Amino acid sequence: MPFAGSLLSAALLNSSSRSLPSLIAGIVALGCFAASLAAYPAIANGEILRANLQWLPQFGLEFALRMDGFAWLFSVLISGIGVLVVIYARYYMSEDDPVPRFFSFLLAFMGAMLGIVISGNVILLSVFWELTSIFSFLLISYWHNSAAARDGARMALTITGIGGFCLLIGVLLLGNIVGSYDLDKILASGDIIRNHPLYLMALIFILLGALTKSAQFPFHFWLPNAMAAPTPVSAFLHSATMVKAGVFLLVRFWPALAGTYEWFWIVGAAGVITLLLGAYFAMFQQDLKGLLAYSTISHLGLITTLLSLGSPLATVAAIFHMVNHATFKASLFMAAGIIDHETGTRDMRRLSGLYKFLPITGTLAMVASAAMAGVPLLNGFLSKEMFFAEAVETHADSILDRILPYVATLAGAFSVAYSLRFIHTVFFGRPPADLPKPAPHEPPRWMRFPIEFLVVICLVVGIAPSLSIGPFLHVAVTSVLGADTPEYSLSIWHGFNLPLIMSIVALVGGALIYFSLRRYLASCADGPPVFRRLRGQRIFERILVEVSWRWARLAEQRLGTRKLQPQLRWVVFTGFLAGLLPLTMSGFEPRPFAFSGVDPMFAVIWALGICLAIGTAYMAKYHRLASLVMLGGVGLIVCLTFVWLSAPDLAVTQLLVEIVTTVLILLGLRWLPKRNEGVDDAITLRARFRRFRDLALAVVCGIGMTFISYAVMTMPVPDAIANYFLENAYSQGGGRNVVNVILVDFRGFDTLGEITVLGIVALTVYALLRRFRPAADSMSMPEQQQIQNRFDEERPERSAGDTVREYLLVPSIIMQWMFPVLITFAVYIFMRGHDLPGGGFSAGLTMSIAFLLQYLAGGTRWAEDRIRILPLRWMGAGILTAAMTGIGAWFLGYPFLTSHSRYIELPVIGKMPAATALLFDLGVFLLVVGSTVLILVALAHQSIRINRLRAIEADKAKGGEA
Amino acid sequence: MEIILSIAIGVMTTCGVWLLLRPRTYQVIVGLCMLSYAVNLFIFGVGGVKTNVPPLLTDDVATGALADPVPQALVLTAIVIGFATTALFLVVLLASRGLTGTDHVDGRGDRK
Repeated sequence: MPFAGSLLSAALLNSSSRSLPSLIAGIVALGCFAASLAAYPAIANGEILRANLQWLPQFGLEFALRMDGFAWLFSVLISGIGVLVVIYARYYMSEDDPVPRFFSFLLAFMGAMLGIVISGNVILLSVFWELTSIFSFLLISYWHNSAAARDGARMALTITGIGGFCLLIGVLLLGNIVGSYDLDKILASGDIIRNHPLYLMALIFILLGALTKSAQFPFHFWLPNAMAAPTPVSAFLHSATMVKAGVFLLVRFWPALAGTYEWFWIVGAAGVITLLLGAYFAMFQQDLKGLLAYSTISHLGLITTLLSLGSPLATVAAIFHMVNHATFKASLFMAAGIIDHETGTRDMRRLSGLYKFLPITGTLAMVASAAMAGVPLLNGFLSKEMFFAEAVETHADSILDRILPYVATLAGAFSVAYSLRFIHTVFFGRPPADLPKPAPHEPPRWMRFPIEFLVVICLVVGIAPSLSIGPFLHVAVTSVLGADTPEYSLSIWHGFNLPLIMSIVALVGGALIYFSLRRYLASCADGPPVFRRLRGQRIFERILVEVSWRWARLAEQRLGTRKLQPQLRWVVFTGFLAGLLPLTMSGFEPRPFAFSGVDPMFAVIWALGICLAIGTAYMAKYHRLASLVMLGGVGLIVCLTFVWLSAPDLAVTQLLVEIVTTVLILLGLRWLPKRNEGVDDAITLRARFRRFRDLALAVVCGIGMTFISYAVMTMPVPDAIANYFLENAYSQGGGRNVVNVILVDFRGFDTLGEITVLGIVALTVYALLRRFRPAADSMSMPEQQQIQNRFDEERPERSAGDTVREYLLVPSIIMQWMFPVLITFAVYIFMRGHDLPGGGFSAGLTMSIAFLLQYLAGGTRWAEDRIRILPLRWMGAGILTAAMTGIGAWFLGYPFLTSHSRYIELPVIGKMPAATALLFDLGVFLLVVGSTVLILVALAHQSIRINRLRAIEADKAKGGEA
Repeated sequence: MEIILSIAIGVMTTCGVWLLLRPRTYQVIVGLCMLSYAVNLFIFGVGGVKTNVPPLLTDDVATGALADPVPQALVLTAIVIGFATTALFLVVLLASRGLTGTDHVDGRGDRK
């Protein structure tokens, strides 16, 4: 529900009205509140409300909501304070602020918080947990043009985000231990968890999550920095919700995790240190909200300490104090917000004597801070008494336990001191001078209402605890502790006992501390002495810089490289390992060598092939043409191998591709740099080592491939899908050439994808070449042409360019004659493709070679004067034909690309197979022709373009001279 | 037969990998071509090595005895795609050479 409200507010982002979004927010929050209240009768009977939705059932995850007494108490707290904060914020936010955004975030945050409280699945809980981190980030950074808000929000997000991550790990461990992520099951199996070897790990991770969220030492420093948020946010986040989530979690998992020595030490140490340090720091704050922030930290420390004790009574006290703290701290934050709003400053050195101007707010604030200090007749007193009583009890005999009463009293005294300071400095003393806003006055009635309401609760709970909060608290406590719920009494007067003495000592001591430090406090700088310099924030920032900047740079320097060679080396090496590891681990042994007879001819061919391959590798550096020729040779031998080993289709395709590739690279060679003879070729030791390393890697890969391929080839071929294709090719595909039937029929969709890739590559090549600018040293005319032209110029009977024209005259005429022959051949290959070796791919390649020969024979200009090839149209037609063939099947009620075949009688040719797959193959054919020609022609055109470029350059040079 | 083919695949892999690790773009392209030969042959070999039984259905040969058509279909498309990638790499090479003035794979001159 709050999320829906959030979206609704977000929809109003552009409206400038303040009332509408706050009205929506108010209604939503009130609705939640009412819904929670309505659940009370059921909860009071000890029932647990549940709602389950399937989420990821295959992982055993459900979107389970579950509300027991404790969750109920928290829901009421969250939604109730949510309502009050919305009312307050309606008056607090100024005209200029984008109010809908604020309410949108606030409601979303409230929704996330309620989600934490009522989720019945620990994974779901951690998801909501993260959501609160994110929305609190957005809320804290609401005034995003202030640097403090941005920094504070980032810090809060970093700390609580890390905590949330730890929590997720923790609950995953927990779920692993228990075998279920369901909260009920986890809570029920506390003994299993505590005796499990992974207990400590899970505990530490969950505690990291809880302690970061609740701003416990040593993660406390984010909270004061988050005070840059608007005050309603602080009032909501730091009294009732965000920070309470941490202690909520501690209570939630209390039945499952608490009671061990580790729990006591970790939680206890963090709690005690936080309690004391927070209170101490709070005394020395000059910022009103800073004081409240540190006091919040200290009170959370108190709750944590209580929870660490592991006794049921202490847990009762902790839950009670959570409620109390939420009420008085929210009202204090709001009061601080009013003071800020009315005077324009929160600096306690400048504020004084405001009681005259703000009598009602002043009174309310006094009551609330008295509750914070633990003055009798107020709710803070009751829970503090319970805390003192628990502190005196011995739970686990250790130093921590023994010093606890003293620490508790001291922290109590500190808290009295800072409460006193808050009231005394702000409301009493001489009238204020030089305030940013000169005449403070009481805020509107409804802005004060939330404070009044909360203060009344403080009073009611404080005076008549068992009548007011008693039953609710009982419901909550029972749901956590179950059968162990101890007897406790919520009365004001327990007799004259030790806790009361401690309270009195704390009150008197706190007053003494304050009055003795008063002069110092009125003038000192912000922050406590000694610790002022040592700030968690600084340390945090240093760490952040260290990790995200220096380490990252270092890692980049050490591990990253912009060079391709090391990257490729790693790729190859990793690939080698990836191939080797699974094989060695699964016990791969090279298969015993069995001499199965060698065809001598085949051996000779491959001896040649191996020589050619090595030659290619050797010559590729300086003799590109030689290397290319040898590469072609290797390709031909591969082609022969295909013929030899019963793959005529492959052989045809390989042969044609070989031709096209060679032509392509030949066209490219012209743009590569010439060998620079002047380079000193002395090989350094380093280079030698590098080469040796590469060679070793290459040889190792080669040997590995040899073994693997030998093993694969000699392994008995399992009864694979091959038989299916062989048996059904004719009956279902209507073709005898199984390879072709697979391509155009069985796996037609793959082929469609593949020709699309081909088309895309061709277009990419075309696009890249359109803007191609050759390197400067390739701009001039090739050396051969220069020689030929010189030869022409030297003889009077010849004109320039004759030699070029007459070059390879006889072969080029033959090539021109071959054009129709080749086209016929392509058609032939295409037609027979379904039954005999051939098909769209090879026919397409043949066709493009026919075009290519015309370019080779007559030159680009000559060819284009005579035939206009529009490769883009070929490609378009091809892909459309292929797709249409597939779609055609739909109209006949078959799935995409279903083919139909029959033989038809043609007058001249005779009986001929006419499958719809033939149409598909036609598409393949057209596209292959188009793409191949597009690529080659685009590259060939560069030679013409360069003349134009040269002319432009020459013009420019002339213009420059003139 | 198998042993010859395996050795050939091994040698071509070695040459391909070696060329792939060289600093000149042209060497890398040639290396990729070489490597694709090796890989194509390897995939082809997975189907078993048989002579004189092309997967063309005739009435007098039992279908079970024919060569495996699946790797052949795979390799056929691989050959065509291999051509396309070679073309693409070649053009990228040329563009890179035009832009940077060097044919070093990093686009920056080495050593000097």
